[in-house]
Amino acid sequence: MSTSAGETRVPVMEAPNVLEFPFSRSTGPVIGAFMTALRDEAKILGATTATGKVIVPPLEYDPETGEATTGLVDVGSSGVVTTWAWVREPGPKHPLAKPFAWALIKLDGADTALVHAVDAGSPDAMSTGMRVTAHFKPEREGHIRDIECFVPSSGSAGGESGTPSGGVRTPEEVFSSGTAPNEGSADASTGQADEAPGPVRKISTPIELVYRFTAGRATSRFVRGLLDFKILGQRCPSCTKVYVPPRGSCAKCGVATEEEVELPTTGTVTTFCVVNVPFYGQKIKIPYVTATILLDGADIGLFHLIQECEADEVHMGMRVEAVWQEPENMVPGLEAIQHFRPTGEPDADYDTYKEHV
Amino acid sequence: MREVAVVSFAQSVPARRADEFNEVELLMPVVHQAVADSGIPKGEIGFTISGSCDYLAGIPFAFVSGLDAVGAWPPITESHVEMDGAWALYEAWVRLQHGDIDSALVYSFGKSSLGPLTDVLSQQLDPYYLAPLWLDSVSVAALQARAWLDAGHSEEEMAEVVSASRRAARSNPNTQLAGDPDLKELLAQPYLVDPLRRHDCPPIGDGAAAVVLAVGDLARSVSERPAWITGIDHRIEPHSLGARDLASSASTREAARRAGVGRGPVDVAEVHAPFSHQVPIVAEALGLDGGVEVNPSGGALAANVVMAAGLVRIGEAAARISGGSATRAVAHATAGPALQQNLVCVLEGDKR
Repeated sequence: MSTSAGETRVPVMEAPNVLEFPFSRSTGPVIGAFMTALRDEAKILGATTATGKVIVPPLEYDPETGEATTGLVDVGSSGVVTTWAWVREPGPKHPLAKPFAWALIKLDGADTALVHAVDAGSPDAMSTGMRVTAHFKPEREGHIRDIECFVPSSGSAGGESGTPSGGVRTPEEVFSSGTAPNEGSADASTGQADEAPGPVRKISTPIELVYRFTAGRATSRFVRGLLDFKILGQRCPSCTKVYVPPRGSCAKCGVATEEEVELPTTGTVTTFCVVNVPFYGQKIKIPYVTATILLDGADIGLFHLIQECEADEVHMGMRVEAVWQEPENMVPGLEAIQHFRPTGEPDADYDTYKEHV
Repeated sequence: MREVAVVSFAQSVPARRADEFNEVELLMPVVHQAVADSGIPKGEIGFTISGSCDYLAGIPFAFVSGLDAVGAWPPITESHVEMDGAWALYEAWVRLQHGDIDSALVYSFGKSSLGPLTDVLSQQLDPYYLAPLWLDSVSVAALQARAWLDAGHSEEEMAEVVSASRRAARSNPNTQLAGDPDLKELLAQPYLVDPLRRHDCPPIGDGAAAVVLAVGDLARSVSERPAWITGIDHRIEPHSLGARDLASSASTREAARRAGVGRGPVDVAEVHAPFSHQVPIVAEALGLDGGVEVNPSGGALAANVVMAAGLVRIGEAAARISGGSATRAVAHATAGPALQQNLVCVLEGDKR
């Protein structure tokens, strides 16, 4: 039981599509304390549990029992590799630019293992059970990447800091024990923001992912049509409605739309709004009008600009026509049409567009 | 419990890059075929649910436009999970237990070819400790593979899994990688991320799958041999990789127990194990003995449409029941890093 995706190959238009999530995340007391100790003390903290275990990296709740963890302890900055993988071709976002190992590392005093990178030079230098030591960045901000990587421990005994030290601490004790005693130092008026950044309350986790966007068959034909100064729609074989821009399917009937329909450049304003709000990246002087335009012969409105008249002259039923870009400015997209402008014809009868308001 | 059966299954031929089709164009023929093959008129299907991930193609809320493939008019009852379609099928099964509707359409689709898939999947990880390291999905699997090797297994076993998958895939038109590779040649290939070689990893594929479920007498009336779901369960483990035993799958074991895998002999199993070492991990956790045919479709190593590959396992297992070549089948689906979450579904045909 299979369906072939189709026989005819159509040149499909493609463009880069970059998604960015410039988020910061609040850390809460436990992760915040971990990040603060990384930054201020170059120490790695674990969370103690009611069952006597130490979870590293620390969590607010014990994943085994669901109970809140009970406190924070320093664990060693050295530990044992419990499993590893060798990355031959690091990606640009990986912690190290040269080939490296990912490893799960059970730090001294911890009962669970932490994932990080190990700079070992060669996979031959890696083995399960080997000891590694954290290498901290000199400038730290309170982030998991304050640990630049781990390195194989020197000497057969391997590494420093065999046992946790200092006993159990509360998040508040961690927040106040480093070089950053002043909570609330974000207040610039104290003039201490640089010296005392305060507890880590959030981390920055920028995400950038680069995709390709492919338009698919129907949209590619539509866009190519625009470059030829044509507006191409598609008719649904079931309900006979004409979609523009076409998406290759009728959303209402759930069937493919194949029949192509060339539409005129004239239509009727079914609804509109006057934009008075300035925003970042705005290209047009306010106030301006965006409208839903029902092209003659189409059954779905097209969004576009209305220009060459005052904003307060635009109204429902107004007859408009497309103004194409100059050939030298043609672009593959709806901007191939500069805008719509009034034709000067009498208004369309309400009955001709009442289904579309 | 109401009796619920898979009465139809359709899938697209996975493509490395299905550029000619937007997601709706990819999905629509598959939905149409599953509905047509079910014998249930589209307007009579009581519930529709999909499983997909907008991150794959980088198009926010793509699952909403995916509904264009169904035709949500007059308005339909619909739901969506940001997971593999196998979990959508689970929700549909639960929904059918309510008793007020008798059929459901389940579909899923994915276009992984549009984005940096292994980086995209890194962003499903813990956002404080793991995602900022951009720990990619192949590396996660490699950490698990090493833990499994260290537990007393060998790279030869992994190569055997790959070879068996490629051979099985030769008789399945809906796969991407088929052949009869020599073990020595496989083991002579360079590592991608040690201990994984490229062939230990699944191909990237664009595609879609759909299943129609029906209850009791409706299933009997539309299908000559319904594939009855006699057990279904899913379980999840802690997210933190360092808090788990990566060399075995406790959540699969528990889901298999609750789904009742051991209550009878198993003829065939379709396991959703995208990386070679995961096939024996899952087979062991399911409690399958050596006589069970595992992944006659080739499995996810031969074709892996992310978000649909789990639903495809259920569809393939159901097709074996409906086709009469199996009486009792087990299907498995996985989600999350290194087999974090696992679903087990037992399917049975009527005794004849």
